[in-house]
Amino acid sequence: MAKTLFEKLWDAHVVEVLPDGTSLLYIDRHLVHEVTSPQAFEGLRMADRSVRQPGKTFATMDHNVPTDDRDNIADPVSKAQIEALVENCSDSGVTLYGLDSDKQGIVHVMGPEQGLTLPGMTIVCGDSHTSTHGAFGTLAFGIGTSEVEHVLATQTLRQTKADTCKVEFTGKLQKGVTAKDMILKLIGMIGTAGGTGYVLEYAGEAIRALSMEERMTVCNMTIEGGARAGMIAPDETTIEYFTAREREFAPKGEALERAIAYWRSLPSDPDATFDREITVEVDKIVPQVTWGTSPGMVTDVTACVPGPDALPDFNRVDVERALEYMGLTAGTPITDIKIDTVFLGSCTNSRIEDLRRAAALIEGRKVAEGVRMLVVPGSEPVRKQAESEGLDAIFKASGAEWRFAGCSMCLAMNPDQLQPGERCASTSNRNFEGRQGKGGRTHLVSPEMAVAAAVEGHFVDVRTFV
Amino acid sequence: MEGVETHRGIVATLDRANVDTDQIIPKQYLKSIKRTGFETGLFSDWRYLPDGTLSPEFELNQERFRRATVLVTRNNFGCGSSREHAVWAIVQYGFKAVIAPRVDRAAGRVPAFADIFAGNAVKNGLLTIQLSEDEVQAIFGMVERFPGLEMTIDLPEQRVILHMDEEESFRFDIAPAVKEHLIRGLDDIAITLEHSAAIDAYEAKTAASG
Ligand code: SF4
Repeated sequence: MAKTLFEKLWDAHVVEVLPDGTSLLYIDRHLVHEVTSPQAFEGLRMADRSVRQPGKTFATMDHNVPTDDRDNIADPVSKAQIEALVENCSDSGVTLYGLDSDKQGIVHVMGPEQGLTLPGMTIVCGDSHTSTHGAFGTLAFGIGTSEVEHVLATQTLRQTKADTCKVEFTGKLQKGVTAKDMILKLIGMIGTAGGTGYVLEYAGEAIRALSMEERMTVCNMTIEGGARAGMIAPDETTIEYFTAREREFAPKGEALERAIAYWRSLPSDPDATFDREITVEVDKIVPQVTWGTSPGMVTDVTACVPGPDALPDFNRVDVERALEYMGLTAGTPITDIKIDTVFLGSCTNSRIEDLRRAAALIEGRKVAEGVRMLVVPGSEPVRKQAESEGLDAIFKASGAEWRFAGCSMCLAMNPDQLQPGERCASTSNRNFEGRQGKGGRTHLVSPEMAVAAAVEGHFVDVRTFV
Repeated sequence: MEGVETHRGIVATLDRANVDTDQIIPKQYLKSIKRTGFETGLFSDWRYLPDGTLSPEFELNQERFRRATVLVTRNNFGCGSSREHAVWAIVQYGFKAVIAPRVDRAAGRVPAFADIFAGNAVKNGLLTIQLSEDEVQAIFGMVERFPGLEMTIDLPEQRVILHMDEEESFRFDIAPAVKEHLIRGLDDIAITLEHSAAIDAYEAKTAASG
């Protein structure tokens, strides 16, 4: 029978179908970070259980780490959490890329970089943006702490098979429009719950044309559309990610040849059927900017802030609340919105290509008077690569701050936070109330749009910013 | 975890859709490595004024909702981050159940609860009950009319009963596996470990072929 990519991966990983109708699914790779794991390790200890497959489990620290002075963590509670991860990993034999490691980074940047993420795998992490790894043709999704404990103890999860949805991106992107705009547009179309219960497969010529890093940007925000996993079938671009450069945990030589032959068998069969299909014409996409407090509250940079009357898919009170929180009035052109802060970073847009494109655009320009710009690489390897290319110098010359790797102002758990009322153009993935600091106002955009806003002090259509 | 069959308690309403887990428990509370003490963080950005006192504006601070154990809210509750701390905070604050509507829109169906949140809830014995939009709307109305309104949730019968002069009740659907899990208060890991032989066999097979 013809199968989709998801069905192939699912079938290959079912250990057993259980009497209650759920399946025990084998997990090939378990990624761990400091915030959602301590209670799981503690649970294991209390039940006198151990980590079944420490060799398939890899940890890093990202959410709670400082991005400036890494040697002195001022907050004792943060420090205790970081120390707990060090101890838990050393007790259980799990490899950890901690603050002293040159591989440390945001868990979803670190995994692919080190070759821990390979096509055909099942990958989980106690983090909803685990969907990022689906860019490689993996089944990857976020889990809660109880499930982290379950995977540590059993290397499996009990799962109910999701429905499948194909999202076909047709056509060609305009210049200045990016993978970030593609995914924001999709979320605007289906809403933040539109994908609930589905695994999305992104397909079509516009997806094929994307680099691996751009594909990660698309898959990253799958969860913002309500779907736990999004995936893209492996192709030549995927294979090249592993042949162009050696990656520590990826197969090499003959083993890589064998792996590639397997990866080529993974794409959905031509006659496979999906439970639902969505088409997005990318030619028509223009740069996107969120105006509200959920990623589905998004519009074109050429548009105005909408009011509740124009939005039948939202509850009126929710739109009114969002506008009030954001300090915006319906009818204001998006390009009239002034910003105080620019955050270039997060697991959505902090990889080397993001930094290169942003640096190319900001080179020879200055961050506008009164605007603060923070550039936070996704991982230490990304930081070193960027520095070897002189990108840090370009950012600093334009007036931006250059930091060590971490989640930083994406969730503002460390000291990188917005003040109440501050307005930020952010390349991250969530614009929830208070996400970047209590009272802070977040507008999600692409790195290019963020740079243009940094230079002008307000949003501009990056297509006209040359 | 203890099993639950029925629960009776006061109903509180929170009239907001897409309540995300960043709202349910903001990040500053996620630094803790313990499993307890999260109730102070529940909805903290809404619940407290800058000086740390309770905000009179926020629904759950109203006297009539102080001892509520059932939270009725709007669609797509618990979206966003996978943080299980959100469920811990709700449970530790004293809620036994959250009720929300699925909503049918032109663009498709919007579920009551986000996936990861609903999964985390089951693991902690928190009932997440999905009703229709009309039914939830009706409950919002009843809570306004009858201060201190109580509800019984009958899990085996899959019913919620609203205790007014004239009782009203609504039926809800729940996956059989989830229902059994909640009623029996099962330890997932212990059950999975009973399948260790199958996991061993799977690992042996994939190691040989891989
Ligand atoms: S960068 Fe942001 S979204 Fe990504 S893992 Fe870190 S906190 Fe989560």
